[in-house]
Amino acid sequence: MTLFDKFLRIRELGIFSIIVVFVIVAAIIDPRFMTLDSWRAVFLAIPLILVMAMGQMMVIICRHVDISIGSILAFSAIVIGLLYIQFPGLSLWLSLIITAFVGLVMGLINGFIVTRFNVHSIIVTLGTLSLYRGLVFIVSGGRQIDRNDIPEHVVSFSQTSFLFSIPGILIFSAIIVVITHLVMRHSVLGREIYATGSNPVAAHLKGINVTKVTLFCFGICGMLAGVAGLFYASRFGYVNPGVTGVGIEFIVIAGVIIGGTSITGGSGSVLGTFLGILLLGIINVALPVLNIPGEFQKAIYGLIIVVALALDQLIIYRMKKLSGGINA
Amino acid sequence: MLKTISIYLNENPTLRYWIIRPEWVAVILLIISIISSIQLSPFFADLAFIMDSATPYVEYGLIAIILTLIIISGEIDLSIASMIALTAVIFGTAYNAGLGMPISMLIALFSGTLCGLFNGILVTQLQIPSIILTIGTLTLYRGIAQSLASDFSLGGYPSWFIGIDYRYIGIVPIPVIIFTVFAIVVGFFLSSTIYGKQLYLIGTNPQTAKYSGIKVDRIKLLLFTLSGLVCGIAGVLTTSRLAVARFNMATGAELEIVLMVMLGGTYIFGGRGNIFGTFIAFWIVVILRAGLNVARIKIESQLTILGAMLIIAIILTNYIYSKSQK
Repeated sequence: MTLFDKFLRIRELGIFSIIVVFVIVAAIIDPRFMTLDSWRAVFLAIPLILVMAMGQMMVIICRHVDISIGSILAFSAIVIGLLYIQFPGLSLWLSLIITAFVGLVMGLINGFIVTRFNVHSIIVTLGTLSLYRGLVFIVSGGRQIDRNDIPEHVVSFSQTSFLFSIPGILIFSAIIVVITHLVMRHSVLGREIYATGSNPVAAHLKGINVTKVTLFCFGICGMLAGVAGLFYASRFGYVNPGVTGVGIEFIVIAGVIIGGTSITGGSGSVLGTFLGILLLGIINVALPVLNIPGEFQKAIYGLIIVVALALDQLIIYRMKKLSGGINA
Repeated sequence: MLKTISIYLNENPTLRYWIIRPEWVAVILLIISIISSIQLSPFFADLAFIMDSATPYVEYGLIAIILTLIIISGEIDLSIASMIALTAVIFGTAYNAGLGMPISMLIALFSGTLCGLFNGILVTQLQIPSIILTIGTLTLYRGIAQSLASDFSLGGYPSWFIGIDYRYIGIVPIPVIIFTVFAIVVGFFLSSTIYGKQLYLIGTNPQTAKYSGIKVDRIKLLLFTLSGLVCGIAGVLTTSRLAVARFNMATGAELEIVLMVMLGGTYIFGGRGNIFGTFIAFWIVVILRAGLNVARIKIESQLTILGAMLIIAIILTNYIYSKSQK
């Protein structure tokens, strides 16, 4: 085993060194990048994506992909926004529960169709992506939820909190990340998710209820996307049926994949996903600092996905070669 | 009654194979949608109206036909909509740079081919699953289009180029003729040539196909490249129809294109399906969209119906294949 292979094996180390190199280069080109303000911007940009990425990571580990999360986010954001118009005094905890529930139901619908009819999840969620987006327009009547419709205590959730005035959504997403890590690494269910992803047939023979595990992953993915809807309303202060959450699924998938989660299922870690999302957040903030126009952002994200996929496949190829099991 | 039919069909597998086919679902759906549209508005009985409402979807239809071939061979290409936008933007940029119309067109087609080739090389050489790779290139191509065109509309084409959908032969607009001819040619290729049969073999079992001497990788590479080329053609056609090229044109078109293929009874796991189904499904989508517009349902709300139809189409196709070919 060469040093290169060892390096490739520790996926988090690879992405971490890319982050370090990127930050150093950015800081040399423009020292403004190392100010507190731009790092505040980085950590305000990621919670929304990070929360969704936790769910998406579970789904991808389970050998599926959910591309409808952007629409789920929009739907739960619209629902909670309409509720705020009716009941401005709705407490934060109650809104969290409502958005989580809305997301959970939509995620379970995805999961049900995928498991019951045994169709590839990307095609199913391509359908529900449009279906849910259409529902957003129907429910909202095409109108935007404005800044003054969203109560003050919800907006302040994304700006400050009782703890050193660190934004509440940051604390909350950190809690979600830690819980996901504990579930994935230290619970039976987490190990069952990995087992299902690496070989569904073997997992079934071992007595794991593959259907239930897959449903769980889709449900949690939807639920976290729903919670992200509340974050969106809180962070941006408006919800627009045509703009909110459009294309965010590709950013989330990019983050998960560059975080070292294999698209063939069965491997990936919370730490890697976090680093992947952090890299995207840093790129997002660094582009204007480095005088790169915002139009390039999407192309860069796309390039990152493709390179990460190619690298992932290269690693799988080398692994097979090392274990002597390569014949095709 | 139903029971006797099902027993009779069970005793005659050949007949069962011909009767229980997903394409008939598409045909029945088409008849239903025509009848219900005529109830909605008498204009639907007018062939010219249907032809006119078909023109905006011809670009999608062309790609749906190539996508049918790709799905039959067991792969999928979801970057199609982004390739339309990218080739259109490249076309507009080239023309505005003063390269002249023929050269701009050639550049657009060439760039589309290159995009398709890129997809194909990554899928066949690196063995990346095409469904996830093309999600990546979907973002990449759209991003490149956005970097090239920014938020501007690239216009200023000569008048002979603009408005291909307003040229008719008889009552049939030229794009519809292009689509029909293309469908017939590809349909013939798929059903009656050895290459067409090879696609079904590859989709049914790529390993076996490889061992029986079919150049699986080369054929798949060719299909992806072809998909890029057709997207280039569609990009130029769209630019001609809209008279401008923008980076966000054909946003969400993957849904409609995949819907056309799925409604036509092509099996999502490969190996089954035909062009006739896709051709019929194209007209279903056209009439459905026109009908929903006449019924004054908002474009955005129509997404719900299209999304639901996609899911139902997949479930129904899987069900029918599990019944007819045990």
